[in-house]
Amino acid sequence: MKNKMIEKKKKAVEDFFAVLPHSISLGMGIDFIRDGEVGMSMPYDSKLIGDPQTKVIHGGAVFALLDTCCGAAAMSHPEQIGPTATIDLRVDYMRPATPSQRIKAIATCYNLTKNVAFVRAVALDNNEEKPVAMAAGAFVTGV
Amino acid sequence: MEKLSPEPVALIKKRRNEALSQLIDSIPYISFLGVGFDRRGDEITATLPFKEELIGNPSLPALHGGSIAAFLEISAIIGLSWAQIWHQIEDPGLGASSSDDAGKFTLPKTIDFSVDYLRSGLPRDSYARAKVNRAGRRYASVHVEAWQDNRDRLFAQGTGHFLMPQPN
Repeated sequence: MKNKMIEKKKKAVEDFFAVLPHSISLGMGIDFIRDGEVGMSMPYDSKLIGDPQTKVIHGGAVFALLDTCCGAAAMSHPEQIGPTATIDLRVDYMRPATPSQRIKAIATCYNLTKNVAFVRAVALDNNEEKPVAMAAGAFVTGV
Repeated sequence: MEKLSPEPVALIKKRRNEALSQLIDSIPYISFLGVGFDRRGDEITATLPFKEELIGNPSLPALHGGSIAAFLEISAIIGLSWAQIWHQIEDPGLGASSSDDAGKFTLPKTIDFSVDYLRSGLPRDSYARAKVNRAGRRYASVHVEAWQDNRDRLFAQGTGHFLMPQPN
């Protein structure tokens, strides 16, 4: 019974995030969904370059991936019903993402209250020892 | 005594507009999102014309939080860079206004960026203006406000810290 619920929830989150036009235009895809934890990734693309000198993708593209991944993590929390919206999100850019490498994000919804979901996330490239960016934010719950 | 005649306004505008478009045209992500800039003197307003690919939630519909954040971050970086190069554009004696140098302009690097989503972004054009609250030799702090129909009804705001390009 519980497994059936989890599968249904996973399907709902997958379906919701598969059709977001902005996520599609950035090429985002879901890697995994667990209770309150989601992995997503996005390919490197020269149209996303933010610094022409270094060919590093723009921080805004990394922000978009982290925001989407955090929203999905909030939605996949066992006690969350329905969609969510970002209240605020802060991203720390710890190092430039290596050009030509795929960017992965892993988000965790570590606390959920009646009105707010608290989520944090990390963005990685091939060097998983040193994160590219980290995010922390609050999301609307119980919509 | 010979009186210096003022520089023709058309020349001034041309020089300023060229400097601004060189800064913007070099960044692919700005054209990917379709961000433009309106200039009035040294004040610039970033514009984000609505298009389908900016949508996050198609059932509302509302702009994607990621496209809003990217729009704000672009406004902040360009606003900060523009404030840095303004005096070079205005004083060609500094030698940085030639077309070659602007292309080699080193952009500030984002240290962190924080976005408040105040109301959902409607499927229409958005505007943003950045204010450089502090620009030191190494770090800068920039605040950005974004609105759609009414300047006083912000739909998002952001604050970021940036590492300034270091002269070699």
